[in-house]
Amino acid sequence: MALHSEILSKESRPAALRSRGAFGGVLERNAAGYVFLLPWLLGFFGLTLGPALASLYLSFTNYDLLQSPDWVGAANYVRILTDDPKFSAAMQVTFTYVILSVPLKLAFALAVAMAFNRGIKGLTLYRAIFYLPSLLGSSVAIAVLWRQLFASDGLINMALWQLFGFEGPSWISNPDYALYTLVMLSIWQFGSPMIIFLAGLRQIPTDMYEAAQMDGAGKARQFFKITLPLLTPVIFFNGVIQTIEAFKAFTPAFIISEGTGGPINSTLFYTLYLYQEAFGFFRMGYASALAWILVIIISLFTAFSFLGARYWVHYDD
Amino acid sequence: MASGITLEKIQKRYGALPVIHGVDLKIEPGEFTVFVGPSGCGKSTLLRMIAGLEEISGGELRIDGERVNETAPSKRGIAMVFQSYALYPHMSVYKNLSFGLETAGMKKPEVDARVKKAADILQIGPLLQRKPKALSGGQRQRVAIGRAIVREPRIFLFDEPLSNLDAELRVQMRVELSKLHQQLGSTMIYVTHDQVEAMTMADKIVVLRDGRIMQAGRPLDLYNDPANQFVAGFIGSPKMNFLSAKLDETDASHRTIEIAGQRIELQKPLAAREGEPLTFGLRPEHIQPQDNALSLGSASVQLVEHLGGSTVVYASTQDGQPATVLLEGQRPIRIGETIPLSFHPSKSHVFGQDGRRVC
Repeated sequence: MALHSEILSKESRPAALRSRGAFGGVLERNAAGYVFLLPWLLGFFGLTLGPALASLYLSFTNYDLLQSPDWVGAANYVRILTDDPKFSAAMQVTFTYVILSVPLKLAFALAVAMAFNRGIKGLTLYRAIFYLPSLLGSSVAIAVLWRQLFASDGLINMALWQLFGFEGPSWISNPDYALYTLVMLSIWQFGSPMIIFLAGLRQIPTDMYEAAQMDGAGKARQFFKITLPLLTPVIFFNGVIQTIEAFKAFTPAFIISEGTGGPINSTLFYTLYLYQEAFGFFRMGYASALAWILVIIISLFTAFSFLGARYWVHYDD
Repeated sequence: MASGITLEKIQKRYGALPVIHGVDLKIEPGEFTVFVGPSGCGKSTLLRMIAGLEEISGGELRIDGERVNETAPSKRGIAMVFQSYALYPHMSVYKNLSFGLETAGMKKPEVDARVKKAADILQIGPLLQRKPKALSGGQRQRVAIGRAIVREPRIFLFDEPLSNLDAELRVQMRVELSKLHQQLGSTMIYVTHDQVEAMTMADKIVVLRDGRIMQAGRPLDLYNDPANQFVAGFIGSPKMNFLSAKLDETDASHRTIEIAGQRIELQKPLAAREGEPLTFGLRPEHIQPQDNALSLGSASVQLVEHLGGSTVVYASTQDGQPATVLLEGQRPIRIGETIPLSFHPSKSHVFGQDGRRVC
């Protein structure tokens, strides 16, 4: 390859190209490639990198969308970290949500994947059906449906009354329960990790289990000593992805609390608080600072996850 | 302690599809038995049924006289070495060896002692703290065998354990497995599709085809006295020559046959019908390039392989049938040359149309 490049550069390259210098030559040679890349490049620079850098700048300003940004240095960050009780509330709600929803969702996804891995008939159909909530899960429609289900006169309470004669509370209006209905909604969206777990389970050679069977290991020991350790790369991947998703969760809380984060801030997800600051109070600078703190939290979490992975994730090679 | 195994009318069906058709076999305690046959003949299925990893659809499996059809694999006193080794990649070699013992609730000092003993036998002591990914193919193979040894089973099962090794290592491990068998004295069943492995290691070879036993016996018995054309062709390398033949219609004693345009009188009469197409079998090493009373006529040499210690000649008889000749030493035979072919009558085999041996 290197030899080929050298031949091209010294002998076969047209004279016009050589005169324009190396950069021009590379650009011309790869023009078709860049044309194909253009939509992505436009999207990345215009919709991701550009706004991200803009928000970084804005996080050091006061900006209300109407007047020019006013540079305030680190004041937004200082206020968020030292003098913002709503930030603390949002952090508490978000961390509770992450800590509860991620492990429960992964456990549920793994359980369903293991059931599917037993080679049941119609697996493809079931897999599609079970994956459906994940496709719809973040949508407004599903959040509205969830709101209807868990309302005081919703289907859940009707079922509880019909089956057990128990009069359930208004799950989404009660600060003691509201967050947990959102956790349940998150668990219900187990399709994506389930599909990945299923693929991971399929990768474990059956003769591992047969060897364990010959060694006298029962199902439980096989699960804890063979399945779980061999699935750790997949658990790690799902864990990181789902945790990031959970930190970023917005739509369910927005719909169920009608954008308030209530009752009594019990569903005030971090992103919802950020949204309120940005589009409720038009404090774009402050909201940008909140966004960058979330970026730092997620980055730290991801970095620590990767650092810790070497102690519990088993890679075959 | 070694155990005897008896298979009585053992059957295996997958739904309506039968794959093992009523196999009867007796394996003596301490015997090294090799199941050999082409891919899909059912040898691995049979082994897995003995291990308890496949359900037995019919018949009876007994170990030391006790029916074990429904007994869990771990309760049969059996250890198995898998083709892929099936080492647990997340455990050290020590943990791989001790897993079964710990599962059985054995005390740590005894686990340590057993692991050490197995490691000494297989010379894998320095590898005990390594993970399988840090081992070579041969080392992994030893660990897989070690995992079987530590359990001190009555019966060892090997499912094509050498197929992932290179040729040199395979020969080395073959020798070591034979030594291990002598050392432990356990009953061993070994599955392979390689007839050389079968011939070199087995006390008893069981040749399988399409879920049926074609012949079972001592290696040289199968070699010298094959029951049918399939066994004759499967055992031996280079494989036996099969030449089309027919009974001489003018010979009332049923001893004379025609092969490659030659009339040959055999030592025993043929158990064949008039006009039945026959196949005449001769091992390559039993053909000589000499003029002799029992001549196959002349043959033209198509290819010569000079192996140093021996010479393999691929020739074509007068009527165009292929014949392979294995000669000792180095022979100055060239392609295109015409050589005479002769054989000793006591070394010949004749098979009927259905493959059964008729003489």
